Amino acid sequence: MVRLEGVSLQYGSGRRAGPAVLHELDLTIPEGGFRWLRGPSGAGKTSLLRLLNLTVRPTRGRLVVLGSEIGGATRAELPPLRQRIGMVFQDFRLLPHLSAFDNVALPLRIAGRPEGQVRADVTEMLRWVGLSRRSDARPAALSGGEQQRVAIARAVVGRPSLLLADEPTGNLDDTQAERLMLLLKEMNRLGATVVVATHNEALVARHPGPAIRLESGRLRDDA
Amino acid sequence: MPERARRLRPARFDDLGLRRALGDRMLPLLVAAMAFLAALALAGSAGAAALVRHWQEGAAAALTVQVPAPGDAAAGGTGTRLDAVLALLRAVPGIGDAHALSSAELGALLRPWLGDAAGDPALPLPAVIAVRMAAAAPDLTALGARLGAAAPGTLVESQGVWVERLTRLARSLQACAWLVLAVVAGVAAAVVAVGTRAGLAARREAIEIVHGLGATDGYVARRFARRTTALAALGALLGTLAALPVLAALAVMVAPFAGKPDAATVPAELALGLPALPVIAALIGWLTAQATVRRWLRRLP
Ligand SMILES: Nc1ncnc2c1ncn2[C@@H]1O[C@H](COP(=O)(O)OP(=O)(O)O)[C@@H](O)[C@H]1O
Ligand SMILES: [Mg+2]
Repeated sequence: MVRLEGVSLQYGSGRRAGPAVLHELDLTIPEGGFRWLRGPSGAGKTSLLRLLNLTVRPTRGRLVVLGSEIGGATRAELPPLRQRIGMVFQDFRLLPHLSAFDNVALPLRIAGRPEGQVRADVTEMLRWVGLSRRSDARPAALSGGEQQRVAIARAVVGRPSLLLADEPTGNLDDTQAERLMLLLKEMNRLGATVVVATHNEALVARHPGPAIRLESGRLRDDA
Repeated sequence: MPERARRLRPARFDDLGLRRALGDRMLPLLVAAMAFLAALALAGSAGAAALVRHWQEGAAAALTVQVPAPGDAAAGGTGTRLDAVLALLRAVPGIGDAHALSSAELGALLRPWLGDAAGDPALPLPAVIAVRMAAAAPDLTALGARLGAAAPGTLVESQGVWVERLTRLARSLQACAWLVLAVVAGVAAAVVAVGTRAGLAARREAIEIVHGLGATDGYVARRFARRTTALAALGALLGTLAALPVLAALAVMVAPFAGKPDAATVPAELALGLPALPVIAALIGWLTAQATVRRWLRRLP
């Protein structure tokens, strides 16, 4: 479950604090829910996903992710929560010196899964995103679309309880975008809470669902 | 067995890319230089300790007693003054052997100062008794008083004063050596800290990604510490090995002073200390990297 109560976010702190990019957000996403996250560029979609990914902490307000209050959590309490969250970054954030296989394996190895299970799960996942033949390639040797699929595989391979995706279809053709939506919906059907930021209107039209609409860091409640 | 093998992480899995970020040349090289210095300091300390031990044993074990006019009659009446003093000395508990130097021995001892006159029997030389102690030295003042009663003018001398001065000098050298060791350990820690910080800066992005995927501080710190530990241990091993020929040469030069003509004997401090250097370097590498990385990670949420 995700709940925000009066959550504001400023980047930087103290004298170097920037302007607030998210203002007093109140919203709830039930466990197993699906949400589109929509809004023009610069609205704060990525910033909101960063909050949910526990990459930044709220400047003000109460943030509950996977049932834990994040504002009051110690640093040591966050890693186990992060291991239950998968995120597809807009800029992929793959490790350049690792093969596609090792990039996808990373969350499982960090979580300390047995290597046998890692091999089986990663192989299966790469097959699913159609990259079995590229599993030894470094990100630099992959096309933008292939890198995006590696990033998706890495986000999903640990069967996260909360799955976040930031413009995940930006580098995919329509067929691949449809495939990705099938995967996200399947994860959602299996119980994961899913939030997908996009400004791909056609995609939203093909897969209608509840949306969080942001504009200039505020919720638009015309939805 | 296969089950176990499958559980192991692939040996070459280097998620933070530290093989390139934590230099495998500079760090071991600097630590090798530190270990080289540490080995020399350790040898200095061990050498000084060995000399002190040797001198103290010698000093505790030896007295010289001078009896002027040894052939005259003793105060007690029976025999010569020399005989009386010898008899008294041999009766003191703890004295292993008291032996009056023959005039030939005495002559040989004095020849450097007196030339051929040293052999002249007409020269009024005192008798010199070399005393070896079997146990701790007795109270020298009391002993001197008793010997003086039997043969007035008798002098009892321990070799203690000189040994005490030399011992103090050697102990200061030893303290210096320990100081050098402490400074070297500090510099080694600083070298590891600087290397680790450079690695952190070079791998900031990878660390942030791994952190975001749920890696604990311990996970990241362990990766750095594993690498610095290996590099520091390797460097220290090389440095220690490089110091061995130097130490062997020193040992040969020191051996005669320590009364050990065979240079083969290695002081226990060295035998234990030298193999400990790579272990201590590894420990410094591990602790420093852990502390540096954990401190750095506190900037991440
Ligand atoms: N790391 C950052 N530091 C400072 N300002 C940032 C940072 N990331 C985003 N911003 C600012 O926050 C606002 C929202 O950006 P973002 O969350 O990326 O929006 P979106 O993803 O909807 O395009 C923008 O004005 C952007 O300039
Ligand atoms: Mg964005």
